[in-house]
Amino acid sequence: MLKYVGRRLLSMLLSLFLIITATFFLMRAAPGGPFSGEKKLPPEIEKNLNEYYGLDRPWYNQYFDYLVSIAKWDFGPSFKYKGQTVNDLINEGFPVSFFLGMESLLLAVSIGILLGVIAALNHNKWQDYGAMIFAVLGISVPSFIMASLLQYVLAIKLGWFPVARWESLQHTVLPALALAATPMAFIARLTRSSMLEVLSNDYIRTAKAKGLSRGQITVKHAIRNALLPVVTYLGPLSAAILTGSFVIEKIFGIPGLGSHFVLSISNRDYTVIMGVTVFYSIILLSAVLLVDIVYGLIDPRIKLAGGKKGE
Amino acid sequence: MKKRLSLLFSLMLVLSLFLAACGGFNKKGSTDKAGGDKTASVKQELRVNIKTEPFSLNPGLANDSVSANVLYQTFEGLTRIKGGKPDLAMAESYKVSDDLKTYTFKLRDAKWTNGDPVTAYDFEYAWKWALDPKNQSQYAYQLYYVKNGQAFNEGKAKAEDVGVKALDDKTLQVTLENPTPYFLELIAFYTYFPVNSKIAQKNPNWYKNAGPDYTSNGPFKMVSWEHNNKIVLEKNENYWDANTVKLTKIEMAMVNDNNTELSMFNNGELDWAGMPTGQLPTDSLPQLKKEGKLHVQPIAGTYWYKFNTEKAPLNNVNIRKALTYAIDRKAIVENITKGEQIPAMAAVPPTMFPENEKGYFKDNDVEKAKEYLKKGLQELGLKDVKDLPPITLSFNTDDAHAKIAQAIQDMWKKNLGIEVKLENAEWNVYIDKLHSGDYQIGRMGWLGDFNDPINFLELFRDKKGGNNDTNWENPEYKQLLIDSQKEKDPEKRKQMLKDAETILMDELPIAPIYFYTNTWVQKDNLKGVEVSGLGDIQFKWAYFE
Repeated sequence: MLKYVGRRLLSMLLSLFLIITATFFLMRAAPGGPFSGEKKLPPEIEKNLNEYYGLDRPWYNQYFDYLVSIAKWDFGPSFKYKGQTVNDLINEGFPVSFFLGMESLLLAVSIGILLGVIAALNHNKWQDYGAMIFAVLGISVPSFIMASLLQYVLAIKLGWFPVARWESLQHTVLPALALAATPMAFIARLTRSSMLEVLSNDYIRTAKAKGLSRGQITVKHAIRNALLPVVTYLGPLSAAILTGSFVIEKIFGIPGLGSHFVLSISNRDYTVIMGVTVFYSIILLSAVLLVDIVYGLIDPRIKLAGGKKGE
Repeated sequence: MKKRLSLLFSLMLVLSLFLAACGGFNKKGSTDKAGGDKTASVKQELRVNIKTEPFSLNPGLANDSVSANVLYQTFEGLTRIKGGKPDLAMAESYKVSDDLKTYTFKLRDAKWTNGDPVTAYDFEYAWKWALDPKNQSQYAYQLYYVKNGQAFNEGKAKAEDVGVKALDDKTLQVTLENPTPYFLELIAFYTYFPVNSKIAQKNPNWYKNAGPDYTSNGPFKMVSWEHNNKIVLEKNENYWDANTVKLTKIEMAMVNDNNTELSMFNNGELDWAGMPTGQLPTDSLPQLKKEGKLHVQPIAGTYWYKFNTEKAPLNNVNIRKALTYAIDRKAIVENITKGEQIPAMAAVPPTMFPENEKGYFKDNDVEKAKEYLKKGLQELGLKDVKDLPPITLSFNTDDAHAKIAQAIQDMWKKNLGIEVKLENAEWNVYIDKLHSGDYQIGRMGWLGDFNDPINFLELFRDKKGGNNDTNWENPEYKQLLIDSQKEKDPEKRKQMLKDAETILMDELPIAPIYFYTNTWVQKDNLKGVEVSGLGDIQFKWAYFE
């Protein structure tokens, strides 16, 4: 087990290195720079700026300096926001994205599983159709439309929540709902289909024959086996959701990390592009690793490689 | 297995608690709202949206409109623009030398937010700081009018040589490179703001966050700055003209979405939506106009197409004329941009030359365009329009630019039979191509930095001047602009600039399309907000009725 984790960590480092390298060169290959604007800077000022940020040095120097400072967890100053470092941006933005992400993850998992279970238990009855119509809507409506819809109905028409901003708990509800809609629907469908499969198994019939109550069968025997696919899905989902969504953050004016992820590219804010990419990659890679480990623990049929010798 | 299930149920429990808590929040919120409405006294608190995090709130480093929208409230220069004219602000009086090159300002008794007096040294310090090459100011060139400003910024002169000097605490002497007839306008600009030199010398990071070291000298002081989220300003009791200031608080949110901004306004979460701080969604403009809510104000900005005058067939002036005359500008502003923009048949906006609302030629003059096309083809030795070299029209990727380009492509095809290819690129890629001359026809616009026609005309003074891009140069035009700087009589100077513009509109290295406007909605009882012709916003005189 330890050996397996160690090996996975090593390959994570390698992937991270490849990601950093690819990002660095792709970003430099794109035309334009952080100082190009509608009003062209006098050449002397541009020269000064390039010197200050080290952009005038040969690419290999810049590249190795980047690697060294990333290893030290120092991503350098932002080009676009004078006086703020990339570390500042991550330290301020990530907690916000994380909070919002946790909230929508909670919503997505709990409501999604609930809907899925209800649908499966009432297979081909109105509850099933209702839940699945809801799920299809959740999957097929894009998040920006869902967000505008929520704003219009719950904020403007009903006045229950504020339209946007990030101030109190009340402000977090609409963006969390908008962000949760798609994964919630996905989880509901996932749970339903695996529940149906599990419910048709022999051991469920045995349990029924033994005279166990319906609730006991569902909770004790069916749900826990039906949740395996959901756990698989949770890894990449949480990585994506915790680092923030550009669309949702933009529409609701949330100071999270997601907007930096996208805007830094159009701003050619080199240091922010690198910093945020590295940060996101680390979270994604660790989430995937975590899910693999948890999966092996939950389902004894799956053996982690390296656990046994001689095969 | 049991553990996992109990975890799941505890998650559900937490969620239900959370939802219940939200319900509670909500009830509290709505009763608050109702209570607020009953108390009749009007709160003098303004909520606006500034869209994004400002680049920097150090006046010497700022180079963008977001920073400007904050700095004009918190700082004050020697003058302040009101009703399009510079009023004395930090300066109490001034004298100009006969050669128009030396200004001596007497400062009024004013204080920084922390109680320190505002001195002439603060101005000298701030201007030299911005010009100092080691401080990386991208707007240092705004100070190049000051003698040796450019030389110091390029490392060719010393700080002592720069033509700004505090003679004593209250007297500031400024020597200019050339006579600059619009200098009193210029010094209202934020790069010319003072900085509290006592603090800045002690703490070079004073401007990075709100706090005791962030001092300013304007009508409002910054009390909090949550990066990427919001800025809160409060009335500055130490301001010399504090009696005029009625607003007690300004909250500036950073929401970078036009639709959300309008929704927030409709829901009573903002008192102002739209320009110059934010923007309204284009689709909403006709409806808002119909409801009579839309405010429209022309600003000093021109949207134009640049011709690369070194690429065939655009090196031929008659072809350029044909293309320029065959555009139906009225149709574009009415059907595409919808913000009551003014069709532009001139380069300088009507906020500077009011007669330019008519312009130098007729809009959509297809007859003349055809004549010029015929002449141009003859000069190029071509028999038919089809023999013209291929033309590509470039623009940066954006919905509105794309629609305008498609409309103009259609007009040229219908009116002149000229086929044009469209090409779009992401902003940074596009600007790179344009500045390096790798284009034929390119979309661009210009927003005035200061309220003088020279700001638009000098773009095309030098072929290799940073923002020309058209490779066009004309000796007569150039001479007129140079001479205008030395002309003391404003009427004569204006005529020289008009003559220059006539040359520009005859040679047409650019095809003007429309003059920009600012569009916004505001609370009905909000009064006294000053939006200048340059599109700057000032809340100094604002109040709620």
